[in-house]
Amino acid sequence: MTQVPAGPSIASVADLLAVAYRIEADAVQRYTLLADQMQAHNNAELMHIFRDLARAEGLHAEEICRLSGDPALLERAQSLTDWPEGESPEEADLGATHYLMTPWHALQLSLQCEKRALEFFSSVVETTRDPKVKEMAAEFVEEEAEHVNLVYRLLRKYPRPTGSWPDDSDTARAQD
Amino acid sequence: MGPVMSSIEPRLTCKPADYKSDINPIWCPGCGDYHVLMSFTRAFAQLGLAPEKTVVVSGIGCSSRIPAYINCYGFHGVHGRALALATGLKLTRPDLTVVVASGDGDGYSIGGNHFLHACRRNIDMTYVVMDNRVYGMTKGQPSPTTEPDFDTALSPGGTGLSPFHPLVIALASGANFVARTFSGRPNETADVLVEAIRHPGFSFVEVLSPCVTFRPDERAWKQQVHPAPVAATNDPAKAARRIMTDDGFNIGILYRGERRPYRPKIGGSSVELASLEQEFEL
Repeated sequence: MTQVPAGPSIASVADLLAVAYRIEADAVQRYTLLADQMQAHNNAELMHIFRDLARAEGLHAEEICRLSGDPALLERAQSLTDWPEGESPEEADLGATHYLMTPWHALQLSLQCEKRALEFFSSVVETTRDPKVKEMAAEFVEEEAEHVNLVYRLLRKYPRPTGSWPDDSDTARAQD
Repeated sequence: MGPVMSSIEPRLTCKPADYKSDINPIWCPGCGDYHVLMSFTRAFAQLGLAPEKTVVVSGIGCSSRIPAYINCYGFHGVHGRALALATGLKLTRPDLTVVVASGDGDGYSIGGNHFLHACRRNIDMTYVVMDNRVYGMTKGQPSPTTEPDFDTALSPGGTGLSPFHPLVIALASGANFVARTFSGRPNETADVLVEAIRHPGFSFVEVLSPCVTFRPDERAWKQQVHPAPVAATNDPAKAARRIMTDDGFNIGILYRGERRPYRPKIGGSSVELASLEQEFEL
């Protein structure tokens, strides 16, 4: 069970779109950081996966921007700081990565992110009293549910690795 | 004597991203130091520190790379000598906000003596030690805070040595603010850093920052840390007793002292610099 993240209060459709945009924009930044980390550690396969994930989230962010048509959207989104520990739902856990991680691990991270986003928008649907916010949030729920399904489909291509995946064949053996 | 106020003058309305430099960190994926960097930038933004009036000084090691990643002045110094550099800097430029970054090897072993005397001098600066209980940069040797039974190819059977107790040593040596945080709680760490920087005198913040490459067991810290059960005290003996009897995972501000920071008398010497120069001329 993924913990439902608390978040900024949403009083209007404009607020909801700003939050949705921020979630996607944060995801882009985080996946880009992870891709850079993998590049620095010569894990090219993972670098490509994280870059692809960043690109996909970037497309979602652009879509929300277009949908909003609000020139103040970016500014409004930037001012949102009420996430627990400053992390929005689709920011992959920085502490859960490893230089020898596999595509299965990356997709597990992504799955957690999508599930957190799904639960966040579901909680908006359940708690808002504004019918327009409810309607829009329900659309985001559908979208996030598709993303969860997509990650599950991708995971079928990448079986869980054996327990030896973090073993480095070139570990230090002597004091320098 | 009541506490003296810090001299920081907030100037800017900045976002954390404004304090991030253009250089990409090269720490291992999963390293706690990424979160510590996040906490630094969040704390600096909360304080509205002017980058040109702020300096991050470090020594050598993974954590000591942090000045390169922050948009302010930085000094990536000599192994274990970050506090010595920072002491000279703060004494000559008291107008600057000086933050020192180190790791458990750099700070407690190579720089152990400077640690004691920096606490004793109580100069107004903040010392952040990212403790991962291992020398990560040189591939996993035991450090002064490593457990005695840390058994690896580099320390077969473990060292058998009791770990150093940095927080208690800081208290015994005269540090004016002592806290412990966990890197995986970056907002809490940022809040503690804000308090540490604001607090006059020598502030010491130990950040438990896992090395997931050489100490994968430290991933469990996320579940082990918990808030300190009582508020910070201004009694160093009480603080030391609490720390000695805790499980090592109490996080929060543990001690706020009221010692007046050391400030040297400027211009009090009867010796002119020019005459000193003459004395050493060849």
